[in-house]
Amino acid sequence: MIIHPQLISIFASKIFKNIMANIQELQQTVSQVRRDIVRMVHANNSGHPGGSLGCTEYLVALYFETMKHDNNFKMDGKGEDLFFLSNGHISPVFYSVLARSGYFDVAELATFRKIDSRLQGHPTTHEGLPGVRMASGSLGQGMSVAIGAAQTKKLNGDDRIVYSLHGDGELQEGQNWEAAMYASANKVDNLICAIDLNGQQIDGSTEEVLDMGSLEAKFTAFGFDVITEKQGNNMEKVLEVLAEAKSRTGNGKPICILLHTEMGNGVDYMMGSHKWHGVAPNDDELANALAQNEETLGDY
Amino acid sequence: MKKYTYTETKDTRSGFGAGLVEAARKNSEVVGLCADLTGSLKMNAFEDEFPERFFQVGISEANMMSMAAGMTIGGKIPFTGTFANFSTSRVYDQIRQSIAYSDKNVKICASHAGLTLGEDGATHQVLEDLGMMKMLPGMVVINPCDYNQTKAATMAIAEYLGPVYLRFGRPKMPVFTPADQDFKIGEAVMLNEGADVSIIATGHLVWEAIEAGHILAEMGIDAEVINIHTIKPLDVEAILKSVEKTGCVVTAEEHQMNGGLGDSVAQLLALKNPTPLEMVAVNDSFGESGVPALLMEKYGLTRTDIVKSVEAVIKRK
Repeated sequence: MIIHPQLISIFASKIFKNIMANIQELQQTVSQVRRDIVRMVHANNSGHPGGSLGCTEYLVALYFETMKHDNNFKMDGKGEDLFFLSNGHISPVFYSVLARSGYFDVAELATFRKIDSRLQGHPTTHEGLPGVRMASGSLGQGMSVAIGAAQTKKLNGDDRIVYSLHGDGELQEGQNWEAAMYASANKVDNLICAIDLNGQQIDGSTEEVLDMGSLEAKFTAFGFDVITEKQGNNMEKVLEVLAEAKSRTGNGKPICILLHTEMGNGVDYMMGSHKWHGVAPNDDELANALAQNEETLGDY
Repeated sequence: MKKYTYTETKDTRSGFGAGLVEAARKNSEVVGLCADLTGSLKMNAFEDEFPERFFQVGISEANMMSMAAGMTIGGKIPFTGTFANFSTSRVYDQIRQSIAYSDKNVKICASHAGLTLGEDGATHQVLEDLGMMKMLPGMVVINPCDYNQTKAATMAIAEYLGPVYLRFGRPKMPVFTPADQDFKIGEAVMLNEGADVSIIATGHLVWEAIEAGHILAEMGIDAEVINIHTIKPLDVEAILKSVEKTGCVVTAEEHQMNGGLGDSVAQLLALKNPTPLEMVAVNDSFGESGVPALLMEKYGLTRTDIVKSVEAVIKRK
């Protein structure tokens, strides 16, 4: 198991300033992950920076603080918390966080989307990349997968938690609602599904493309314990909502975090638009993005 | 032509139900998932004996397939159960991404395949499933011929690590293979050695091929009859060896000509040993409602059709 310096620090801390120091360290990791994301996408002139940048705080919080996990990767993940990325197109943030957590060498990030790479455009188990347990990319399958893994944990008497992340546009796929129905009917209460609510999808805002109405009302009606976090790009808030979600597991209901994020967060010209869903920055735009995110842990 | 006798007829789906219970007794990691067709799939005995290992998912096959993939993480061996149509075409993308591409140890068990589903008609009579499934890299595709073989196949796939598609059906068929058979994935079963023609059959058509062999024997034609229960990986060696001896082939299956066993055999022979070939299969058509036996007759899937194809292919030698 990986014992991160931040974890040690939070265990040792009895006073507030140490917690703040921990948040500061996590934010430094966020800054480095954002650099990795824009550099990976720029190097191929392809990939999905917008959603990746928006989910950076959430994934850093999960892997560097919330989840118990082992970077000496074992597919079965017994005794570990598990994470499934359903919206596989935000692979840059997933790969960067896995590499920075020690699942594989950060130098391998340079192979993203290139031929013979384990870092495929969308995550896959097929090339044996440590940290990935399921292929994703074709949308709408991750909640079912996470439910399956959560059910196996229960059968195995394994009390760890299964986390999943889904795009908001992705919820237009009907399979999510099959899965949601199953999860509540069968009290899959070791499952925390987060919805990346950035309100954007490829063709425009989610409201313009296919208005889904109130997701809070929908998930509540489908029997989830729903927690809304309005500031999904605020590390302190993300840590709080994860701690809250975790405390609510084991109560007979699956948990849904509606995580409001901003697509492109951390790079000013990418924010507030669907334009940067799947577009790579050019050389000047890359330099601009890097200037906004400090190199904290060393570029790959 | 070797005689095959039987004392009873049984449906292959019941062989699956019995095999699943045996496999579950042997291996505590075996779990079952069903999409509201527990009785039709004969999964009741499994549900009764292992209620904590049975997962009723309701009418949501997409969720079932991806859930099964997720359940493998932590060591379970999930067997999914629904009709063949809803096990394949309805959930192809879930199988492709979450099971096949993700290399998950899921056993997709599919009943009511083909025309012999009968009266429910073409919406349910999938005739394209073997083709869809064999195209997926790494997918094993099995179509056993009777109750005993389906039971043995079910137990064998529990021991095999990797995704499998197991196809079976609804009608009662003669039970003629041994109850204690050792089912070997990918190994053809020689039913009769002959010199004049190779009849290569799968699933329900295996019995028709045996019956055709007897008719042909009376006509003075010495047919070699081979049961190909595994469409993929195909027993290339057995087929090439037989064809070298007989010089012509008839394939027989309850499936579209496109994408089925005949298609696999034709590809093999075109590449390795071009040989006259006739196919007994559905010719680019949907099925329809009706009594199974009459449907098989109308769509040309009987012993008589095999005999006619043999006569035609021998002339082409």
